[in-house]
Amino acid sequence: MDTLIELWNYYAQNYSYVWEEFYKHFLMSAYGVLFAAIIAIPVGIFIARHAHLSKWVFSFTNIIQTIPALAMLAVLMLVMGLGPNTVIAALFLYSLLPIIRNTYTGIRNVDQALIESGRGMGMTKFQLLRMVELPLALSVIMAGLRTALVIGISIATIGAFIGSGGLGAIIIRGTNVTDGTAIILAGAIPTALMAVVADLGMGWLEKRLMPGRKKSNNEQSNAI
Amino acid sequence: MLKIKNVSKVYEGGKKAVNNINLHIKKGEFIAFIGPSGCGKTTTMKLINRLIETTEGDIYIEGENIRDKNVVELRRSIGYVIQQIGLFPHMTIAENIALVPKLLNWPLEKRRKRAEELLKLVNMDPSYLERYPDELSGGQQQRIGVLRALAADPPLILMDEPFGALDPITRDGLQDEFKNLQQSLGKTIVFVTHDMDEAIKLADRIVIMRAGEIVQVGSPDDILREPANDFVEEFLGKHRIMESRPNLQTVKQIMNKNPVSITEDESLSQAIKMMRDKKVDSLLVVDNDNILKGFIDIEMIEENRKKQSSVYQIMETNLYTVEQNTLLRDTVRKILRNGMRYVPIVDEEKHLTGIVTRASLANIVYDSIWGDQELIP
Ligand SMILES: Nc1ncnc2c1ncn2[C@@H]1O[C@H](COP(=O)(O)OP(=O)(O)OP(=O)(O)O)[C@@H](O)[C@H]1O
Ligand SMILES: [Mg+2]
Repeated sequence: MDTLIELWNYYAQNYSYVWEEFYKHFLMSAYGVLFAAIIAIPVGIFIARHAHLSKWVFSFTNIIQTIPALAMLAVLMLVMGLGPNTVIAALFLYSLLPIIRNTYTGIRNVDQALIESGRGMGMTKFQLLRMVELPLALSVIMAGLRTALVIGISIATIGAFIGSGGLGAIIIRGTNVTDGTAIILAGAIPTALMAVVADLGMGWLEKRLMPGRKKSNNEQSNAI
Repeated sequence: MLKIKNVSKVYEGGKKAVNNINLHIKKGEFIAFIGPSGCGKTTTMKLINRLIETTEGDIYIEGENIRDKNVVELRRSIGYVIQQIGLFPHMTIAENIALVPKLLNWPLEKRRKRAEELLKLVNMDPSYLERYPDELSGGQQQRIGVLRALAADPPLILMDEPFGALDPITRDGLQDEFKNLQQSLGKTIVFVTHDMDEAIKLADRIVIMRAGEIVQVGSPDDILREPANDFVEEFLGKHRIMESRPNLQTVKQIMNKNPVSITEDESLSQAIKMMRDKKVDSLLVVDNDNILKGFIDIEMIEENRKKQSSVYQIMETNLYTVEQNTLLRDTVRKILRNGMRYVPIVDEEKHLTGIVTRASLANIVYDSIWGDQELIP
């Protein structure tokens, strides 16, 4: 009970600070995923066309994925120094695999008959991509972004160790004072909330982007 | 309109899917390609719109070599209905129908009107325009697939088993609808099918393929009347040939005109002698005016030889006869079904004029299948 009151008081006194960190945290995660998407979606499309390259790309991104977050941050810090940019770079790297993999799966799963139908009707390669493949793969790609964003939000918490700020900073502060439970919660609860809301929001978007009214494709969106 | 000249296609890996085919298709013609699975029908079709490139030979459309055309423009100028329908699930029916017009940069207004107009052609309500493909039944989807090929009004349309996935009743309706449509629009159509009945019903000319080669080209009648070889006969199915021929023939044309008969007042010993001479085991019995009265066979004589002496005393009068002008088709069916060994044939006044035996029927079936013109047993 005491903790709850303490928590309440903490928010009452620091609400603008918490909000600021919340916002910062979200931006770091979102930028990481966004930059990753800019690279990963074209790469996914490319390896969907050249399947023999997919093995290499996937091994490479898989290796990135296995590096522990703290180790990754430490290494990047040596190169890029302290601050949020380093965290964004780490999130960028972690987001590559889920986005590339889902883009690849999404494009590859487009019914071959539809591709042929489009080609037979005289679509150029680019029109085929824009009018058929991407729209049909979109919900699967969105599922990849969603996974990346949720992972990103949790990894961004650790970023506070290298001075990037974010909700992690509040948690670390809590661990450094005696009886800091309330402060730790003050940082942890919004983090969890952000992850859940991001997951739900992206999930909703994913459903909206499902081609046609087909509900039967639902399993596909969990491809990763 | 469409000229296929010495065309071959060898796939990577050496599979020769199409082997030196030649074909000349006239404007407004409806051509059906038919043949066993894997004989190269789809391949031929894709060679025409260059979804795959020929290995050898040339294809001309309106005198122009398709190799010299821009491939995208070529495809936009040819309607194409693929085997699996292939409607885009993320586009509405209107968008699906008017896709090629969109690629050709028609204004939205015009595309919309075109989609509406086409939908009316197959008696579907305009409210379908805003629906998505998976809200339509299989038959409706195939209709849309066909309309989509018609959208930009191409003079040539390729259709790869467009009605393949339908139940027989829906297919039948759609075929009729489509045939009317084709005739009123005057399109040249190249059509692939597995279904011989469909080919016979729709096509002006049928192209029969086997293992990448054209075996026979001709109108349905030509092919039924004169199949080029055993393969075509096999493929047409014996029942179709049977049905297409004896349809027009009467029993009179094929019956044996010299039945073994005996007058009713002859003696039994005379009957036995006649049976022995003619190597038969039963005789038709007639009166002096050759009117059929009944029959006797060897067992009846055996049983009654001691008691009776004349044919008319022991003959069986209850027998099944066929009038000589009945259609052969019906007779064949009756004889085969009832297991009768023979049927006497009579004219309108019951005069005995001939006989059809089970054995002679076998000859007729045999002859009609093997292509002889003379069908005399
Ligand atoms: N891309 C390809 N690569 C190699 N071989 C192929 C390819 N496409 C088709 N074939 C082969 O070429 C032959 C002809 O194929 P095609 O699809 O033209 O047959 P089809 O007559 O349309 O058969 P179906 O009636 O089953 O549709 C087949 O033996 C097939 O296995
Ligand atoms: Mg085929």
